[in-house]
Amino acid sequence: MNFSPWVILFSPFAAVIITVLLTQNFRKLSSYISVTAVAISFIFSLAVFFGPNGSEGFNWIDLGVFRVEIGYLINDLTKLMLLVVSGVGLLIHIYSIGYMGEDRGRARYFSGLSLFMFSMLGIVLANNFIMMFIFWELVGVSSYILIGHWFDRDAPPAAGNKAFLANRIGDFGFMLGILLVWSASGTVTFEELALRWHTLGLSPGFMTATALLIFCGAVGKSAQFPLHVWLPDAMEGPTPVSALIHAATMVAAGVFMLARSFFLLQTSAMALTLVLWIGLITSLIAALMATQQDDIKRVLAYSTLSQLGLMVAAVGLSNPEAGIFHLFTHASFKALLFLAAGSVIHCLHHEQNIWHMGGLQKKMPVTFWTFLAGTLALIACPPFAGFWSKDEILASASNNIPAFLAIVSVTFLTAFYMSRLFVVAFLGESRSDHAAHAHESPLVMTAPLVILSIAACITGFPFIASWFIKLPEHEGSPIAPMLISFIAFLAGTTLGFYLYRDKPKDPVEVPLFENRFYVDEFYKSLIKWTQDLLANISGFADRWVIDGGIVRGLSGLTWGFGFALRFLQIGNLQAYAFLFGAGVVLLLYYILFGTK
Amino acid sequence: MVTLNDYLMASGLLFAIGFAGVLLRRNVIIIFMALELMLNAANLSLIGFSRFNVQNGLPDYNAQVLVFFVITVAAAEVTVGLAIIVALYRARQTTHVEDINTLKF
Repeated sequence: MNFSPWVILFSPFAAVIITVLLTQNFRKLSSYISVTAVAISFIFSLAVFFGPNGSEGFNWIDLGVFRVEIGYLINDLTKLMLLVVSGVGLLIHIYSIGYMGEDRGRARYFSGLSLFMFSMLGIVLANNFIMMFIFWELVGVSSYILIGHWFDRDAPPAAGNKAFLANRIGDFGFMLGILLVWSASGTVTFEELALRWHTLGLSPGFMTATALLIFCGAVGKSAQFPLHVWLPDAMEGPTPVSALIHAATMVAAGVFMLARSFFLLQTSAMALTLVLWIGLITSLIAALMATQQDDIKRVLAYSTLSQLGLMVAAVGLSNPEAGIFHLFTHASFKALLFLAAGSVIHCLHHEQNIWHMGGLQKKMPVTFWTFLAGTLALIACPPFAGFWSKDEILASASNNIPAFLAIVSVTFLTAFYMSRLFVVAFLGESRSDHAAHAHESPLVMTAPLVILSIAACITGFPFIASWFIKLPEHEGSPIAPMLISFIAFLAGTTLGFYLYRDKPKDPVEVPLFENRFYVDEFYKSLIKWTQDLLANISGFADRWVIDGGIVRGLSGLTWGFGFALRFLQIGNLQAYAFLFGAGVVLLLYYILFGTK
Repeated sequence: MVTLNDYLMASGLLFAIGFAGVLLRRNVIIIFMALELMLNAANLSLIGFSRFNVQNGLPDYNAQVLVFFVITVAAAEVTVGLAIIVALYRARQTTHVEDINTLKF
């Protein structure tokens, strides 16, 4: 029996138990326990990475027709994800020691982080849909806890709620999808399904519906349009959380899940097309929104959305390997960007507006250079990591002209908004006191930055990437698409530098992008409208049907009868006697003659 | 020869007169007397039935016993009724039913 996967999974869980039950009052100790746990996970992930593939599980629920295992499935995809999750997780844990050093809720923060590691590793290891779904929900819970870490402020708990609710919408679809899969095939195990799904002879409509419902889960978790609204708000959480959960790992879970269950999508061309366009639309609108944001973390959040859109689009182009490759490179450079941004925010006393920064090159050299490496990787500058993985996606889109153009425009926009961010936040003059008196972060924070920036520089090279992931071979030379994307990159960067060099405030104002296409406002009014409608309907029913019809109707009926009948009570004894006599006569008449 | 029909006709006539008295007269005491008349009409018809329902050469005494009961109960009822009328007169200084109409809408 191979026990490494179980160690990987349960060491963060043990850390949760210990930190929550025993060491809640010892802040330093709690953080060291968490870091140790994730380090153990990382070491065993390395062991698994160099070990054999396999799968193992034991029965958890067995009802005859319905059987759920708790088990792991180790294949190339799992190995890569384990390394990414535990590796990036480890670096971010270490970084958090510095970033959250003065926070009073540090023990709570680290137990949340460990809970997240446990759930995320659970998703990666799961060998069936049900187990994945359970950990999927756990990830949502830990994300909720961590976004709302600073619960004494107004915005973070609200953002946590928003994230949780948006995720629930997607998860509901995911759950229905799992039920459909089970009802059609009688199994929820990935390996069995991958073998049997296309042999079941299901109708195309059913297969499309199943694929799209499963995709719903990814739309929620990976924040695709139209459920993307929660991710930018999730930036209210501590920055390492944004780096770990809302950039590198959790939001990638959707893409991972799509790759894991690609056999479902594969059977329906329509589902694939929809997945492709949802991904591209998300990617485009997020990139457009990013061009007008002033908060350093929000720019990065929208760029995360945009990159996630590209990964989903790669799945839609029937090339999930390219999506996973981009996930892999993106995890390192986006975590790097967030951590570097966190370093800036930390040193500027929680200043997040890029127009209050500037001139940080000399004061924070490590942060500056590592952020530059992350930016270059993100904007697909050769030969940094992002260039290779984006190129892979672009190559798979070379037969689909609209998709190709969309990806090229995303490349252009990415280069533009990232150079804007870089120029405004780091170059030029200091535009505030905090920025003028900034100094470099401690080693515990800069060391992860340096390690991640090395990863951002080198992981893209095909000879290094091929250790981690098997990429499909292409025929012919993909020089033309590469050239076009390179031109888009150059144009975007040049435009960004030209427009924003040494500007004291934003020279371009596009309210539509700044207000995020008014999607939040639309949802707000939609919710208000439906709520008002429901309230009006139920108010009407309460007032007129229940109160008016039933309660007041019955009482009114009784009262009306009484009112009509009391006119008979005239108070004249002889009239009563007459009526009585008349009644008797009528009865007699009826008895004697009526029945004949 | 007097037949059962004659008895019943006389009884019905008495009953009708009594009922008319109840409906038409205004004085409570007269109404009370008319009520007694109706009771006696009923008694008369009972006696009639008794007289003509002969079994083994004997009339049906059950009806006659019932008549005695009615007379007894009527005597008791008159006592109570007159007491009520006296109390009513003391309270309202009238015995006319038109003036006693408090129980109405």
